[in-house]
Amino acid sequence: MKKQVPLLREFTKGLWEINPTFKQILGMCPTLAVTVSAINGIAMALATTFVLVFSSLMISLVRKLIPNQVRIASYIVIIATFVTIVDLVMKAQFVELSKALGPFIPLIVVNCIILGRAEAFASKNGPLRSVLDALGNGAGFFISLFVLGSIREIIGSRTILGYQVLPNGFEPWLIMILPAGAFLALGLLMGFANLYIERKKNLVRESLIAQYKRVGREEITDEVLKEAGV
Amino acid sequence: MELLIIFISAALVNNFVLSYFLGICPFIGVSNKTSSAISMGMATTFVMALTAVVSWLLFNLILVPFKLEFLQIPSFILVIAALVQFVEMVIKKVSQPLYRALGIFLPLITTNCAILGLALLASMRGYDFLESVVFGVGAGAGFTLALVIMAGIREELDLADVPKPFQGAPITLIVAGILALAFMGFAGMI
Repeated sequence: MKKQVPLLREFTKGLWEINPTFKQILGMCPTLAVTVSAINGIAMALATTFVLVFSSLMISLVRKLIPNQVRIASYIVIIATFVTIVDLVMKAQFVELSKALGPFIPLIVVNCIILGRAEAFASKNGPLRSVLDALGNGAGFFISLFVLGSIREIIGSRTILGYQVLPNGFEPWLIMILPAGAFLALGLLMGFANLYIERKKNLVRESLIAQYKRVGREEITDEVLKEAGV
Repeated sequence: MELLIIFISAALVNNFVLSYFLGICPFIGVSNKTSSAISMGMATTFVMALTAVVSWLLFNLILVPFKLEFLQIPSFILVIAALVQFVEMVIKKVSQPLYRALGIFLPLITTNCAILGLALLASMRGYDFLESVVFGVGAGAGFTLALVIMAGIREELDLADVPKPFQGAPITLIVAGILALAFMGFAGMI
C-alpha cells in the first residue's frame, strides 16, 4: 500500500505542479485553438472539466470490471458519451459559443488530458480521489486557458470578456488573434513561467545554503538540496 | 477545379497544424528528426485518406438513414481506432520494412486529433464522397509538410544557443508561430 496523499493535495496538485498545459504539455490543440478570447477559453475549460470529472468518476467506478486489454477502448467510449452530452447541450443552449468553438467540442474526446488522467489516475484510485484529481486538473486547464485567452484578447482586440480595457489610441495587434499569435503567446508564456520557476528555485537554494553557513555546519550536500526540491 | 481548391486549401491555406491547431501533440513530439517526421507524415496521410472514406460511408449510409447523427462522436472514434489497428495488422503482414518504419507511429495516430477533426470537419461541411477523399489527402499532405519543415528547423535549432528556460516546448511553439506566420502568406491563393 503506497502512502496516502491528503485528499486536498489531489486537488491542489493539478493547479500548478502538474498543470496540464504548462507541466504535462497535454491538450495543446484546444489550448491554442480556442483562446482567441477569454470567454471562449472559459467555455472550453468548463466543457473539458465537465467531461473530465464525470469520465474520471465513471472510470474509477468500473475500473475493476474492465479487462486490462480493452481498457483504452472502454475509456474512450465512456469519454465519448460525456462529450456527446456536452456537445448536444452546447448546441441547444449556447448556440453562439458552440459555433465559435466549432469542432473543438467533439474533439474533447481525443484531448490527451482526459485519457491521460484516466490512465494515470482514475484507473488506479477510488471515486472520491479521482473526482478531486479531475477537478484539480480541470482547474489547472481553466487557469491556463483563461490566462492565455485574456492576454490574447487584451492585446489582440483591446477587450477582456467583451469590456474594453485598453484606450482607442492603442492599435490592436491583429497577430494575437490569428493562429500565429497563439503559438507565439503560449511559447513566450511557457518560457517566462519556466524562468520564474528557475528564479524561485535559485532563491530557495541560496537561502538554504546561507542557513547552513550560519549554523556553521559543513558544506551543503546535493542530497539535502534534492530533498528540498531545488 | 473544385477538388483542386479543396486540396490546396486543406494542404496550404488552412493547414491542419498551423491554422486549425489539429495534431499539435505529434507536431511537437515527433518533429525531432526529419526521417521520423516523414514516416509519421506518411502514416498519418494514409490513415487520413482511409478515415475520410470510411467516415463518409459510415455517416451517410448508416447514421443519417437511421437518424443516429447524435452517435457521430463515439462511432467515429471507434471506427478510427479499429481502422488504425487494422492498418497496423495489414502493414505487418504485407511489408515488414514498411512496418518497421511506420510501426511505432501507428498507435499514436488513434489519439491524433487531426484524424477525428478531419472526419468531423468533412461531415460538418457536407462534402460529397470524392471531396471528402481529396480533403483527407490534402490535409495529410499539409500535415506532412508542416511536420517535415518543423523537423528540419529543429535539427538546426539543436545547434543554437537557446536560453535554458525556453528550451524544449517553449522554443518549439515560438518557431511554430513564425512558421504559421509564413503560412499566412498562402491566404491570398484562393
